[in-house]
Amino acid sequence: MESVPGVEATRLTKIYGHGHTEVVAVQDVTLRVARGEIVALLGPSGAGKSTLLTAMAIINPPTSGQIRIGGQLVMDGDRALVDLRAFRRKNLGFVFQKANLIPFLNARENVQVALEVNDVPPRAAHQRAMELLEYLGVGTRADNLPDALSGGEQQRVAVARALANHPSLILADEPTAALDSHRGRQVMELFARVAHEHGTAVIVVTHDARALDVFDRTVHMEDGRLKNGKSPGG
Amino acid sequence: MNLAVRDVRHHAGRFVLTSVGIGLLLMIVMGMGGIYRGLIHEATLLVDRVGADLWVVQGSTRGPFAEVSRLPANLEDRVRAVPGVAVARRFVSHTFQREHQGRALRLVVQGLSWPEDRGDWAPLVAGRPLRQAHFEMIADQSLQLPLGERVRLGKDMYEVVGLTRGMVGSGGDGLAFLTVSDAMAVQFDVPGEAVRLERAARQARLENLDLGRVTPQLSERALGPTSELPALGPPQVSAILVTLSEGADPARVAATLSTWPDVTVYSTQQQKDLLLSGMVDKARRQLGLFRALLIIISTIIIALIIYTLTLDKIRDIALLKLIGARNRVIIGLIFQQALLMGVLGYALAWWLGGFAFPHFPRLVVIETADLVQLAFIVLGISMLASLLGIGKALNVEANTVLAT
Repeated sequence: MESVPGVEATRLTKIYGHGHTEVVAVQDVTLRVARGEIVALLGPSGAGKSTLLTAMAIINPPTSGQIRIGGQLVMDGDRALVDLRAFRRKNLGFVFQKANLIPFLNARENVQVALEVNDVPPRAAHQRAMELLEYLGVGTRADNLPDALSGGEQQRVAVARALANHPSLILADEPTAALDSHRGRQVMELFARVAHEHGTAVIVVTHDARALDVFDRTVHMEDGRLKNGKSPGG
Repeated sequence: MNLAVRDVRHHAGRFVLTSVGIGLLLMIVMGMGGIYRGLIHEATLLVDRVGADLWVVQGSTRGPFAEVSRLPANLEDRVRAVPGVAVARRFVSHTFQREHQGRALRLVVQGLSWPEDRGDWAPLVAGRPLRQAHFEMIADQSLQLPLGERVRLGKDMYEVVGLTRGMVGSGGDGLAFLTVSDAMAVQFDVPGEAVRLERAARQARLENLDLGRVTPQLSERALGPTSELPALGPPQVSAILVTLSEGADPARVAATLSTWPDVTVYSTQQQKDLLLSGMVDKARRQLGLFRALLIIISTIIIALIIYTLTLDKIRDIALLKLIGARNRVIIGLIFQQALLMGVLGYALAWWLGGFAFPHFPRLVVIETADLVQLAFIVLGISMLASLLGIGKALNVEANTVLAT
């Protein structure tokens, strides 16, 4: 693992609503994940895991605190310091509980589209997409529409899409929830392989305790706070 | 990778059905424009083909098409005497509806000034021009009278000796060309009983007025044909058509004729303007209104379909935003679909129109300029229709993709 952090959240707080409807979803959380490190974010429902994840993914801006990705300060409170969409395009990969593949694109095109929106020429994007699908073991299903893929295959395609642009950070929100334990473990191992082979920081929100051995570290969250929220380096 | 085409392929059924609907609407829009052009063509066809330089009509009227014009037939001789006039012809035109072989036969009878005019100028597709002064006619194909068919008009039978194509009156009824004398005979035909009653009434009036001074010769004349009564005017025609001598100044001849208080003179262009500003103008406005409404309806349909297609893929659009797609990718996805729908509809309208328009009861004339204009309109409505979907798509937050 490298010492340069893949992502670093400092004193992050996220509050929904205001006045008597105010809900503090994440409170004063500091979390640092190094490049090449895979971290499991655990906790009961309503603990604030997904909120923390989406805040770190700069999808859902925090109320206060700072977020650095690849050493660059990108959010200071709810103020974006970069073009968020362009930054996500180049630096972040996402995997969700549902694969969220685009239904009118086949497996290869679902990966290719992530490359093409990042200005990769179509021919190179096609080649890279095929390489990723082969790497993830779904190369033979490249021409199939999502409807024709199993849940596990869809999730692999989603992982391939997340990896397409060599992101420095991958965020996965319960990516194995819809899979059986065998398939679930395969996906977790895949994340670990990606983190270790590509030097990508990976944060996975999960309820699944059966595959925790593949993670470098686990972080527990409860009532919007980290119970052991310090990374080895932080 | 073209996302719009891939999405269309995925929803091919809905997309094609909508495009067919749009195509049919655009075909009607195209047809409306074509009908308007056809109206102009039909209205001005006769004026163009008859080849007159000046039209002499009843004074203070705008005849003979826009309103009734009645002139004595012998006006032809007065006009012929004017310097600069090469030919003066009587023009008779009136619309009839008769029963023929169990169907309604509606035709516009045109009198040809025999023997100078035998209908050689008419665009014959079969048969020949007139060769005798009576009982022959040239009929337009739209009247569905075959060559050799004999048609009763008035008291006489007329044989179809020639057929034209596309020669119809401003009302869309086919033209039938007879000699002027035949056309007038048909126009002023009255039943035999009416003739007898009129002659008897004429004699009764004579006897009452002249109080014992009625001579047998006068009484006999009163009981004879109307045309033999010098006290009554000659038969009337609709107009006198003037062909000018070579080098004659039309304005000068028209000015000379205009000094006669009983006539009004129009040039061919003025005659066409009268037709277009009067008879065709209301139809043009009516058709224009229909076209505008249909274009608005097409726009609304395209907009709604594009909007629902956009709603269907709102999560996909959110995902595209999440992975960093620029707005132009998302706008392109929606706009290209709207454009594709418009283009498909337009192409379908053009193709279907090729089959349908010839079967319309009125002439449909599709001009290239109108096709180009409609293409731009379709482009415009496609752009307009996509705005609703684009607005929705641009307002979608990337985190929508997280909602289950």
